[in-house]
Amino acid sequence: MADEVILLDSWASMFGMRVRVALAEKGVNYEYKEQDLKNKSPLLLQMNPIHKKIPVLIHNGKPIFESLIIVQYIDEVWHDKAPLFPSDPYQRAQARFWADYVDKKFNVSTRKVWTTKGEEQEAGKKEFIEVLKVLEGELGDKPYFGGQSFGFVDVSLITFSSWFRVYETFGNLSIEKECPKLIAWVKRCKEKESLSKSLADENKVLELVRKNLGME
Amino acid sequence: MEKKEENQREEVLVFGTWANSISGRVEIALKLKGIPYEYVEEDLSNKSELLLRYNPVHKKVPVLVHKGKPIAESLVILEYIDENWPNSPKLLPQDPYQRAKVRFWANYYDQKIIPGIYTIGQSQGKERDEAIEEWSELVRVLEEGIEKDFPGKLALFEGDNISFLGIVVSSYACCYPAFHEAGSVFLSWEKNPLFWSWVNALRDYPLIKEKLPPHHRLVESLKAYQSRFS
Repeated sequence: MADEVILLDSWASMFGMRVRVALAEKGVNYEYKEQDLKNKSPLLLQMNPIHKKIPVLIHNGKPIFESLIIVQYIDEVWHDKAPLFPSDPYQRAQARFWADYVDKKFNVSTRKVWTTKGEEQEAGKKEFIEVLKVLEGELGDKPYFGGQSFGFVDVSLITFSSWFRVYETFGNLSIEKECPKLIAWVKRCKEKESLSKSLADENKVLELVRKNLGME
Repeated sequence: MEKKEENQREEVLVFGTWANSISGRVEIALKLKGIPYEYVEEDLSNKSELLLRYNPVHKKVPVLVHKGKPIAESLVILEYIDENWPNSPKLLPQDPYQRAKVRFWANYYDQKIIPGIYTIGQSQGKERDEAIEEWSELVRVLEEGIEKDFPGKLALFEGDNISFLGIVVSSYACCYPAFHEAGSVFLSWEKNPLFWSWVNALRDYPLIKEKLPPHHRLVESLKAYQSRFS
């Protein structure tokens, strides 16, 4: 019986992109259904009545939510190809820890950079850079956060690169200047086909944000 | 000398605080699996150098240190315990879809239910009433969701043993008598009868019962904490 895999997503969402990346890494065929978040579809409301959010992965009729939970699910179901986790329990724990850091610390730190002004924004920018530097420190000299191969933490963070132009433009900062190793890592990741076809174009994301904020 | 070194190599340390139900999770999981460990009580107002070295990123408890290597964040630690010591009883189910459901509700509990309890404790009067009402709604979502996702069984237990979700949900909720006595009456039998029954089933479970923070000490500590917000 063939697997039926459907992804409810929104093209600019860095969370949805994580799922696209994972599915691409594993070579899984799926049906992508773009969602209008201002006018939520009956399917989305039926599948995720609790949070009404994307991404939602529907595998053979069963829905899974929360991007990092979905990515782990994908890794466990399609375990034969491109494992996203190492086999050692301690290293697996470190991967979960850092993906959680991206979700809790990094994600939150991005908001103030582009949604606030003045003193609040300056404080937000400072925190954003600090958090980026912690992540850069964790990457160290490894090609990927996962070590020699692209892994769970890489998936969790790389999708934010589609929003870097937004942070840099609104925050008036240069991520490459602050964290050159991190930008080198972004470029390295983008050489992978699974990423080049899953990540939203930075310029289109910036255009979308400008449009939503009423600045054309 | 050799035997001591061998013991140290296997050594498991848990950094926690007596009132912290989150560090309690780690101890319950280790006891369930029959893994010996040494507990280190931390004073969060005066964090030890060791804690800061083992958890430089968040500087929080709990931290598990195994063979000198630290792991932080309770849900990450619980998964590590289950993977590193795969002996029975298992904390997480084997099926990927079931695991995704468990992870979802554990995450929901930590992101919504626990912060809601803090909000109640930090507010007063009408604000507190509203916070309590909102919280009972969040719990209703949890009750319905868990019933729907794990039909026909109590997801907080796996046979005679507590499950991953049971360990997670026992944090804070099982201390409700102390919270209530300190004035934070967050749990209502009328509003959340299912959750009420789950929490009391957890409170009766031996490993939880023996790990509960001492009632009177917790009441005093909560009263002191709440007075900061009045």
